[in-house]
Amino acid sequence: MTTTTLRPTGPAPRDGGARWHPVCPYDDLIPERGACALIDGVQVAIFRTFDGELYALSNLDPFSGAHVISRGILGTRGGVPTVASPMYKEVFDLRTGTCLDDPQVALPTFPIRRDPATGLVEVALTHEHRQ
Amino acid sequence: MTGAGEDGHKRLVVVGHGPSGHRLVEALRERDRAGAWRITVIGEERRPAYDRVALTSYLTEDADLAYPAHDDGVTLLTGDPVVAIDRRARTVRTAAGRDVPYDALVLATGSAPFVPPVDGRDLPGVFVYRTIDDLDALRAHCTDLTTSRPQVGGIVVGGGLLGLEAARALQGLGVDTHVVEVAPWLMPRQLDEGGGAMLRRHIEALGITVHAGTPLTRLEAGEDGGVARVVLADGTGIDAGVVVFSAGIRPRDELARGCGLPVGERGGIVVDDTCRTEDPAIWAIGECALVNGQVYGLVAPCFSMAEVAADHLLAAAAGHDSPARFTGADLSTQLKLMGVDVASFGDPFAGPDQGALDVTYTDPVAGIYKRLVVSDDARTLLGGVLVGDASAYPALRARVGAELPGTPEQALFGGTAAPDGDLPGATRICNCNNVTADALRCAIRDDGLTDLAEVKRRTKAGATCGSCVPLVKKILDAELAAAGIEVGKALCEHFDHSRAELFDIVRVRGITTFTELITEHGRGRGCDICKPAVASILASLGRGHILDGEQAALQDTNDHFLANLQKNGTYSVVPRIPGGEITPEKLIVIGEVARDFGLYTKITGGQRIDLFGARVEQLPRIWKRLVDAGFESGHAYGKALRTVKSCVGSTWCRYGVRDSVGMAIRLELRYRGLRAPHKLKAAVSGCARECAEAQSKDFGVIATDKGWNLYVCGNGGMRPRHADLLASDLDDERLVRLIDRFLMFYIRTADRLQRTASWLEALDGGLDYLREVIVDDRLGICAELEAAMERHVGSYTDEWRATLEDPDKLRRFVSFVNAPDVPDPSIVFESERDQIKPVLVAGPRLEVARR
Repeated sequence: MTTTTLRPTGPAPRDGGARWHPVCPYDDLIPERGACALIDGVQVAIFRTFDGELYALSNLDPFSGAHVISRGILGTRGGVPTVASPMYKEVFDLRTGTCLDDPQVALPTFPIRRDPATGLVEVALTHEHRQ
Repeated sequence: MTGAGEDGHKRLVVVGHGPSGHRLVEALRERDRAGAWRITVIGEERRPAYDRVALTSYLTEDADLAYPAHDDGVTLLTGDPVVAIDRRARTVRTAAGRDVPYDALVLATGSAPFVPPVDGRDLPGVFVYRTIDDLDALRAHCTDLTTSRPQVGGIVVGGGLLGLEAARALQGLGVDTHVVEVAPWLMPRQLDEGGGAMLRRHIEALGITVHAGTPLTRLEAGEDGGVARVVLADGTGIDAGVVVFSAGIRPRDELARGCGLPVGERGGIVVDDTCRTEDPAIWAIGECALVNGQVYGLVAPCFSMAEVAADHLLAAAAGHDSPARFTGADLSTQLKLMGVDVASFGDPFAGPDQGALDVTYTDPVAGIYKRLVVSDDARTLLGGVLVGDASAYPALRARVGAELPGTPEQALFGGTAAPDGDLPGATRICNCNNVTADALRCAIRDDGLTDLAEVKRRTKAGATCGSCVPLVKKILDAELAAAGIEVGKALCEHFDHSRAELFDIVRVRGITTFTELITEHGRGRGCDICKPAVASILASLGRGHILDGEQAALQDTNDHFLANLQKNGTYSVVPRIPGGEITPEKLIVIGEVARDFGLYTKITGGQRIDLFGARVEQLPRIWKRLVDAGFESGHAYGKALRTVKSCVGSTWCRYGVRDSVGMAIRLELRYRGLRAPHKLKAAVSGCARECAEAQSKDFGVIATDKGWNLYVCGNGGMRPRHADLLASDLDDERLVRLIDRFLMFYIRTADRLQRTASWLEALDGGLDYLREVIVDDRLGICAELEAAMERHVGSYTDEWRATLEDPDKLRRFVSFVNAPDVPDPSIVFESERDQIKPVLVAGPRLEVARR
């Protein structure tokens, strides 16, 4: 199977079926920590990095089969923003979902944004990520 | 091979689905990207392949031995053995009458246990030890036996590796076990007489009776027609209700015989060093194959054969030749048999006739036997045997055939010190994956590798059993040094400093945040290595609650949720039970909490109770109940003091000399919450009988007539180490003061994740130096170390209680940020032995995520 890499931030998803789901106020996110959102049955790990950027990836750790990515430690590797799975410590690129320790593997990523009007963090699902 | 199936694919038939057959198919599927081979595997057992090496754990731990299933491209037929091969038509026939055509055929039929031709070998109650079905039958029989005739004994015939495994299993089934070995000592293929004798002492100490040097004459039936008695050649009779034959294996070569392929005099399908038989379309691998006149019964050479055959099959499909050859195997072995370390490497049997000398060391008290075989100039290591303490095995095995760095005595007592990076190039460093020193050096140089993880990933060295990782690291360090790259004391890519240096920087400069530290002394935004390390340093120096402000972002998930992450994403909770002493009321509270939240409970090795299966949103409510009942955090999640274990001591015990429980509680309450480079375990024994096992702890205290003896830097676990005696006959106050100093000195100077045992081994000057610093105060820092510990003791607060009292900290304990009360639907349990057990709904899903 091929996973489509979506830009983590950007305009509303082009897929007509998708829409933005409000998740929580931006200020509720602890800097450099993740949280998990449940959107249409899909577990999405959302992260706020030190510089304030937002990223959204699948919460399912493909190496362990447990839904734990949101509980990983954030950091950088060679300047790339990363999260390390708390289970077996594989490191993933927050921007693309690619596993930097095993480039064959990638986590699905999701569009995420901060709505300037409401201050809420919003995530969009595309059809292929629905269950 | 010219034939091909209708659709252009070549057809491969593999006969036998044991470890070798499974490995072959896995190797082919991984490398056959073009899909040249269509594979059919035909197995005799009704189960797909499983890990036969770990067979005993199926009985003792109820382990699941199944190997990963093959992908959908492989057809697997089980429970239908192949009965004939038609080489002319290139088909195999199964017992059920299926005819399966092949372009290439691999025989991986394994071996059968050898049962000597003695009277009574077919009686009910007589078993072999090879398959899961054998074990199921054995277990069922022993369960009946121990119920109906509780005192009856059992016999294992064969004192080799597998025989002793079987003896352990039999003993585990509650049978009074005897081992009968025809050779004069145990494990005659791996050990010399001295090693065998020492192993016998260990085995007998475990309650197993050994009869060596005495062949079996016959088995006799009892009134019920089942086996009742075994008679040995010296006339000894042993009553036995169960007999297990584990006296060697014979290759399963009957299919080859039936189709006229050559077999060896003592069995085994003759193959060349590409694992091909006389018939170019037929290969044989694993225990059924006879390569260069030898049959191999260990798993590593069998896997090598599978890899060689896979290589040749791929090359054949692509129309070229493969250079892969099976060139024999290093039969060195290291194992833990019933808790006893046993290792044998190189040629342990060479003697004066082969121009060899030996150096032997025996310590009957500690049960240690070591023998090194060296060339007659005492410079080249030829082989050796280690029993009771095999810590030197990886370093010594790598040296076989090479010149010793010092005298044989030094090598014998070199302990775990690994040799330097100057090993000869052909030295095999990683036995599991067959990686030589040269291969490692080339990979490091040519690919510009600089860290251990990369080296493991690229070369596979150290990626299987891990015992060679220290050697791999040494070679990497030597290569980097030679290339002028400074060898990494650097913590990670974000800091050039070691942990000890960072500790001093934080302490001296009064740094209180990670941001401050990385901005001034590092680069980037950290990672899962440096962040928890810095968090630990800040915590050791008492810079506030570990979840305060920015510190929250540094913690590993365990520290972040103050609980231990388990495989399905739930957490376990361990309340502190100082010294292992607990009132009935508190025990009841733990039971009630576990019952009310549906948690799995298990007693830990540290005399505490672990509650498993809590979801993050349940944790605060669980702690609330525990804290209200007077419990506090046990720090099982932290690199911190875990527990101070104790025996019951002089209060109750007839032999106790001092109050070990009282001292354990005092020490545990003093050092609770102390963050360290790694976890800290401790124990107090009330007399020299040492029931608390204090000598396997980071610090251990043993009562004497005159006071307390303090032992330090012991370890259990993966690399056991006996603790060293630091000081004797101490009074209570002096004891506490020395432990204060010891712990603080360790916390300041150790590396990240370095336990006290390896810290001491790496400490320049070793134990003598440690004693000078801690006891004699040679550096003049003891007052400072004690003051630091007083600050810790004075500022201790219970992390659970502090979290419960802070709404801001509690906000993180939700399942979903947008649905805080919805339980995680992926967390599912089933029931086992009346408790919950996790079920992974998704399972590892690499194939889904692969691009």
